[in-house]
Amino acid sequence: MKNLAKKLIIAAAVASLTAGAAHAHRAWILPSATVVSGDNAWVTIDGAVSNNLFFPDHRPMQIESISITAPDGTPVKPANATVGQYRTTFDLQLLQKGTYRIAQANSGLNASWKEGAETKRWRGTMDEYVAQGIDKKPGVELTLSSRRVETFVTNGAPSALKPTGKGLELIAVTHPNDLYSGEEITFKLVDGGKPAANVEVTLIQGGDRYRAEAGELVLKSAADGTIKLTLENAGMYWLEAEARGTASMEGKTVNSMSTYVAVLEVLPG
Amino acid sequence: MRNVVMLAVPVVMAGAAHAGTLELTVEIPKLNVAEYHRPYVAIWIEDASGKVAANLSVWYDIKLKDQEGEKWLKDIRQWWRRTGRELNLPVDGVSSPTKPPGKNTVKFDTGAGPIATLPAGEYKIIVEASREVGGKELVEIPFKWAPGAEATGTASGKAELGAVTLKLTK
Repeated sequence: MKNLAKKLIIAAAVASLTAGAAHAHRAWILPSATVVSGDNAWVTIDGAVSNNLFFPDHRPMQIESISITAPDGTPVKPANATVGQYRTTFDLQLLQKGTYRIAQANSGLNASWKEGAETKRWRGTMDEYVAQGIDKKPGVELTLSSRRVETFVTNGAPSALKPTGKGLELIAVTHPNDLYSGEEITFKLVDGGKPAANVEVTLIQGGDRYRAEAGELVLKSAADGTIKLTLENAGMYWLEAEARGTASMEGKTVNSMSTYVAVLEVLPG
Repeated sequence: MRNVVMLAVPVVMAGAAHAGTLELTVEIPKLNVAEYHRPYVAIWIEDASGKVAANLSVWYDIKLKDQEGEKWLKDIRQWWRRTGRELNLPVDGVSSPTKPPGKNTVKFDTGAGPIATLPAGEYKIIVEASREVGGKELVEIPFKWAPGAEATGTASGKAELGAVTLKLTK
């Protein structure tokens, strides 16, 4: 009996290791609709980190880290926000015509160095990096990591989206609320405002729980950061891209790792 | 220049027999469903390049409190994408109440409004229906337009629209 329990624990540990590789936790912000009309337009939005798309099964997204930007660039507060066990829910009234951006963006510094055979890791701000003497550690590698998770909702006609110029982001050549099945979509990836070439982009349609294979579409951005794709199936999609490079921080050149995630709805064309 | 002259004609002749008519009959099928709502329907003319050349009608719940009916206009999806989302609703002469099952005939004066300014050419008249807790369907009839042209055409939907008939008279 004891042996069986031990065996099960080992099996579980092995399984969780392999599962960790196959099932990356995916962050997403999912609106109930991406195209709305009328003078009293509302959407309800879920934010979560989950394995399957778009079923909350792991962690809610932290409500404090979510920002909403109205078409005119002003910030909007989420209404009726609730943080649940698996998801954060809030409402948004679209008082203006045009496109709202709902995003979670964060960045931080990661350092790693060796002490004997052991790899030490540290996370903090630039000030802390110097104050705590991390910068003096032998062979220290410093990485600026940034992540943006976002989605878009349009009331009336879509309006232009202003790039932030920070981290990896998607420039909408085709507007993200103007995507239709069977029609070519063009996006451009930029990292720190510059074209992000040769970046791998993964697209997965929601509802992967019901498919034996996620059926992910993997693309690479061109030299000018452009990606072109045509999706045959209408539906809600999760797009992820990750870029590695260098960034300039307070006069220092550091490694950078930047992740971008968008939830995009493709309507029947 | 010619367009200006054409526009001026109905004014001068004050609605004389000269102005033609575009008559469209749209059949809304009677459906045996548990929850029935009349469909929202949009009617427009598309030019050869696929652009909206004339916005003729949109049938929706125009009398609901707080323009609640406008909330569902985005579900007339192709119309919303092509023209609806750019409009400031309601639009006089375009916004109209929903119609009951059966044959509904609408007439447009070709000597006035958006049709009068159309250059001669190939067009399509498009009828798109979207029903609450129901389906969506789009029916199109190609036709040739020139001032004074006569044409007839018919097409039929399968689910949300029945026969659609176009009659263009001088």
